[in-house]
Amino acid sequence: MRGLLGIEGLTREEVQSILDRSRDFQPRGRGKLDLLRGRMVVNLFFEASTRTRTSFEIAAKRLGADTISITAQASSVSKGESLVDTLNTLAAMRPDAIVMRHAASGAPHFLQRYLETPIINAGDGTHEHPTQALLDARTILDRGAALEGIRVAIIGDIAHSRVARSNVYLLSKYGAEIVLCGPASLLPVELKQVAHGVTLTTDMREAIRNADVIMMLRVQLERQHEAAFPAGEYFSFYGLRLEHLELAKPNVIVMHPGPINRGREISSEVADSQRSVILNQVENGIAVRMAVLERVLTNGAGH
Amino acid sequence: MALVIKNGRVIDPASGRDGIADVRIDGEVIGEVGHGLSAEESFDASGLIVAPGFIDMHVHLREPGFEHAETIESGSRAAAAGGFTSICPMPNTSPVNDNATVTSYIIETARRHAIVNVFPIGAITKGSAGQELASIGSMKQAGAVAISDDGRPVMNARVMRRAMEFARSFEIPVIDHCEDLHLSAGGDMHEGLESVRLGLRGIPGASEDVMVARDILLAQLTGARYHVAHLSSRHAVEMVAFAKARGLAVTAEVTPHHLALADLQMAPYDSNFKMKPPLRSVCDVGAVVGGVVSGAIDAIATDHAPHAGSDKMQEFEKCPFGIIGLETAIGVAMETLVHPGKIGLMRLVELFTTGPAKILGLDRGTLRAGAPADVTIFSTDREWTYDVNKSFSKSRNSPFDGRTFKGGPVATVVRGRVMWQA
Repeated sequence: MRGLLGIEGLTREEVQSILDRSRDFQPRGRGKLDLLRGRMVVNLFFEASTRTRTSFEIAAKRLGADTISITAQASSVSKGESLVDTLNTLAAMRPDAIVMRHAASGAPHFLQRYLETPIINAGDGTHEHPTQALLDARTILDRGAALEGIRVAIIGDIAHSRVARSNVYLLSKYGAEIVLCGPASLLPVELKQVAHGVTLTTDMREAIRNADVIMMLRVQLERQHEAAFPAGEYFSFYGLRLEHLELAKPNVIVMHPGPINRGREISSEVADSQRSVILNQVENGIAVRMAVLERVLTNGAGH
Repeated sequence: MALVIKNGRVIDPASGRDGIADVRIDGEVIGEVGHGLSAEESFDASGLIVAPGFIDMHVHLREPGFEHAETIESGSRAAAAGGFTSICPMPNTSPVNDNATVTSYIIETARRHAIVNVFPIGAITKGSAGQELASIGSMKQAGAVAISDDGRPVMNARVMRRAMEFARSFEIPVIDHCEDLHLSAGGDMHEGLESVRLGLRGIPGASEDVMVARDILLAQLTGARYHVAHLSSRHAVEMVAFAKARGLAVTAEVTPHHLALADLQMAPYDSNFKMKPPLRSVCDVGAVVGGVVSGAIDAIATDHAPHAGSDKMQEFEKCPFGIIGLETAIGVAMETLVHPGKIGLMRLVELFTTGPAKILGLDRGTLRAGAPADVTIFSTDREWTYDVNKSFSKSRNSPFDGRTFKGGPVATVVRGRVMWQA
């Protein structure tokens, strides 16, 4: 595995081995490992993101790697340098991996064609966010549920969500039942054909009925290039409230990739309830990213 | 100086001729098509097709203004290497070809530097901004053969109506780039499963359809000669067929890439597959091929759109639209239309000759005695591989790089002179 551009191109075995390995990195001891000592990881974030960047940084540091974080505002991007030139310049400094987030779908895929250094995709536009799907899967498994055959409702702005795409690809590899739900303007009908096991509904109650997992998506106001639904109507029809949880399986878990907009896509009561595993997701983010970094930097030979 | 092209299979849709014959050229005009002809110079075309010079009614030569991407000279060399003897550059240069001065500049530059015939297309509106009509009459007098704001549609229906009325009085066809900009806004590829999968914003087929529908209604209202540029959607094919059945002067062209490629076949995030209209669904590809077979589509035109390498080496959503296509047109047309048995060679030649000549009112595309001696000689079975780095174009943005074709151009004769030979 050279880099990690997306979940779609991985086999189920590859996904499973990352998930398995990430258990070893789930924190109890806070000690530093030296599995990647002397290695250099560059975090290159062309899009603001505190949590994902921090998570990757901690993951790399816990493995003993050196990290440098560059944000677009501070880099030469703002001086008009092209993406290819920026990356070539960085690659010439011989990092062992580049963790990259970019607002354009496919930007890391495009760059990887010209670059030897492996790229780990930390989110590309509205395409994929592979480590998010991996940490979501880790979180579901931690709650004792198998991924096979579970019913997962993913609710919100599906069209613009890289989290939704990566989760669909991952869950589909395990034969999960995936219900995508949102207003029709944010739910392209073609999604049905993206992977096996996907169904669509515009009715939130139908999506939640008998769900084992409810994944709420952030309303990506920054990605909507037009008003896709009438202002003020979102929470009334697609916001998750406590009464919805009664429709789901009794041990349902509620997930959210964060940062959450309380009162927009999820009520505070739900976000803070026993059913919410939002903070577990954050915690697992580090473990999963450690497993990914180790795998990429040691060509999967680490264990 | 006389030249005879010997023993080729002469296919001339204008006269219906299809058979082994010699073509004698006297100076700059066709002398005679017959048997046992001779001249000082001769070209052995045994095993090859000898056709009237191919016309590409839709190219972008980027001069004046964007000479780093293409010039009239380099574009004309790519045309000759693709078997084209005449090309029609669209007006989206800088400055825009929206007045007789620019039209004359292009014609004069072509006279001095181009190795094929260049027939410019003028803008419909000033600066192709879609508001005020351009100097249509004087551009026509200066040599423009059609008007179009190609690259952009004329969004305002009232402006389009006036343009059509005005064009009718000058007997010049109106060519529209059919795209509702509100529906396509922000889109980078065809809206469908692939765009959803890749997380790229889509350009729905409907953005083309609504404009074709509007334009056909306006063509009926005004009686104008109306032509759909680079038609790509299945509904547009149906509507053009409908307009023809009603006897309207409506014609359409298709590009080789829309015949050959669907959105599924694009290399992910490779901007050499990014153009407008975008590569559409497999159903649309089937429908445009069907339109070529049925006659709904009148011509094949490349929409040759060179872009400098640095412009195409960016994030997909930042890359400009367009691909080069002059050198691969015959190869792609053979592969998609002739080899699978969709159409015969006579129809193929028609799509490149009498088809566009009729739309533009050009005295070309025929081997009749006395006609300008433009001849395209091509093969139907020679295998060759396209190497875009050897292209005569100044740009390299082709999705067909490295592709092996069966059949392609062999020699190009312009005004009696062999301008290119494989």
